[in-house]
Amino acid sequence: MADDLAARIEANPKYHKFVSTRSSYSIMMTILVMLIYYGYILLIAYDKEFLAQKMGAGMVTSIGIPMGVGVIVLTILITNIYVRRANSEFDRLNAEIIKEANQK
Amino acid sequence: MRNNFVRNSLCVLLGLLATSLALAAGADLGTTVKQETNWVAIAMFAVFVTITLFITKWAANKTKTAADFYTAGGGITGFQNGLAIAGDYMSAASFLGISGLVFANGFDGLIFSIGWLVGWPVITFLMAERLRNLGKFTFADVASYRFAQTPTRVFAACGTLVVVAFYMIAQMVGAGQLIKVLFGLEYHYAVMIVGVLMMCYVLFGGMTATTWVQIIKAIMLLCGATFMALAVLWQFHFNPELLFAKAVEIHSKHDAIMGPGALIKDPISAISVGMTLMFGTAGLPHILMRFFTVPSAKEARKSVGWATTWIGYFYILTFIIGFGAIVLLTQDPASYYVGGELAKGLKGGGNMAAVHLANAVGGNVFLGFISAVAFATILAVVSGLTLSGASAVSHDLYATVFMKGKADSAHELRVSKITTICLGIVAVYLGIAFEKQNVAYMVMLAFAIACSANFPVLFMSVLWKDCTTKGAVTGGIVGLISSAGLTIASASVWEAVMGNPKGSAWFPYSSPGLFSMSAAFLTIYLVSKMDNSKQAQLERSLYPAQRVRSETGLGSSSASGH
Repeated sequence: MADDLAARIEANPKYHKFVSTRSSYSIMMTILVMLIYYGYILLIAYDKEFLAQKMGAGMVTSIGIPMGVGVIVLTILITNIYVRRANSEFDRLNAEIIKEANQK
Repeated sequence: MRNNFVRNSLCVLLGLLATSLALAAGADLGTTVKQETNWVAIAMFAVFVTITLFITKWAANKTKTAADFYTAGGGITGFQNGLAIAGDYMSAASFLGISGLVFANGFDGLIFSIGWLVGWPVITFLMAERLRNLGKFTFADVASYRFAQTPTRVFAACGTLVVVAFYMIAQMVGAGQLIKVLFGLEYHYAVMIVGVLMMCYVLFGGMTATTWVQIIKAIMLLCGATFMALAVLWQFHFNPELLFAKAVEIHSKHDAIMGPGALIKDPISAISVGMTLMFGTAGLPHILMRFFTVPSAKEARKSVGWATTWIGYFYILTFIIGFGAIVLLTQDPASYYVGGELAKGLKGGGNMAAVHLANAVGGNVFLGFISAVAFATILAVVSGLTLSGASAVSHDLYATVFMKGKADSAHELRVSKITTICLGIVAVYLGIAFEKQNVAYMVMLAFAIACSANFPVLFMSVLWKDCTTKGAVTGGIVGLISSAGLTIASASVWEAVMGNPKGSAWFPYSSPGLFSMSAAFLTIYLVSKMDNSKQAQLERSLYPAQRVRSETGLGSSSASGH
């Protein structure tokens, strides 16, 4: 029964389109996070002076601090953007595909 | 059932008695100095323990089957699970360790907090829903979905137990040292209290009790840290610039605390450490297990969304707390520094910055609260670890490998409870045995093994159609051995722990992740490609059906756990 359903889903082009859309979205998001993170890490490794620069004349806060906090905030945002899209749009498509397989 | 509980509890007590008698003679002062008994802290902690024991009693009535024990029957909501994951992940090491690092070096502490955080989006995008859709109780369920059960399960159980063991030793030793300072209790009593309480939660309340201990602890920690950060910012009119200016003025390193220091030396180490933290999180068995406690993939995603939010927020707080400690503690050396002298360092060591700050901003009562939170933190983490280790033994080894999947729920449950007791005793024993050892590298070692052994196997088995049992198991073993071997050959173990001369370690980087994880992936790829056995062909032919389930959730374990 479940194998039957699985075979019908496998035969549905909508399923393949859905999986490739969601996979490319998640891979894109993964690459984005890695770019941000490794970009920051490599900046620390190669250009410490840049991060230690002051935010403005007469200020103590260095550029690296808001950038670091920014990496944390971006990580939280990107994660939640993905969760929101996956839980609404993708889950709707997913439910449709399962429904179609059940109707046939 | 009740008789079993009584008998089991007696075993625990006898075991503990034997251990304590054997080791009482050798226990004396370690690296930390025992403080005066802090009754406020002990009272606060007693309140926490009482509440959690009541919850355990309630949870015990709901823990009747193996599914209840491993996954709370799948009845945890995404929001609750998000808090529990945060509670499982924000260990005392990250609270006290990162704020201590900020206190000592300023900016560098931020690098570590970011590293601990970035594994979460990776789990969200690549793993969470697939894990939930394919798994039932343990990550081995997912990895072995279409593979030969015995080799894959034995490997996954080893991967789980090794990671749990190293993580556990670090927690237990940390607990003993911390409690000696905070509560003024003897080291080995502290370790035993942690062991006994953790066993009570897991043994009687299973995943339900463990989850609630983690949720309560996460809320306490987030509230306490928020209060401290606000109290610090309030003194500087909520202007971070003023806080940093004051910190730079009085810190012994002055302006150096505003920029990157010595933490990241060479780019290879930087990337390797980054990879270990990023992908290690996605291979920690006690974290992966949490995804099976929610009813659907949707809730699993919500869990990671919330977990990432709380953990990220918490790391921002630790940064403020670290700077607050620089400013407030240096102004009152008589209360917080050894002999009242800045040069001699903080009382109880550098990791005590957050604890002393609690006293500075909230007095003795708040100090007691934060001390109780630190103790609760360790309890929550070790409970999750024990549950994960017990499930690997009872579900993967006993029920699947040994009984060939024919064990009934009651027997499986009994085996997991016996394992819990054994693990508890082993944890207490290791905690006492490693008292005077340098265990700082052990959490990193656990992460290195998780990212090099567990993660590649999980990732390839779920996402690569040509992956076979042979490839996955061989690659996993390569990852396990190389990550452990390279860690031993690196300066942090070869020189700092084994006492070899400086510069003699032949592995020059701070973390093996980059090399051992790549080796594992490469081995999985090559061995799978060369594997043309009948079994391999069968496994490849099963991939499309596995993919339908992992992507759509069709046929996945329901909330009742089958």
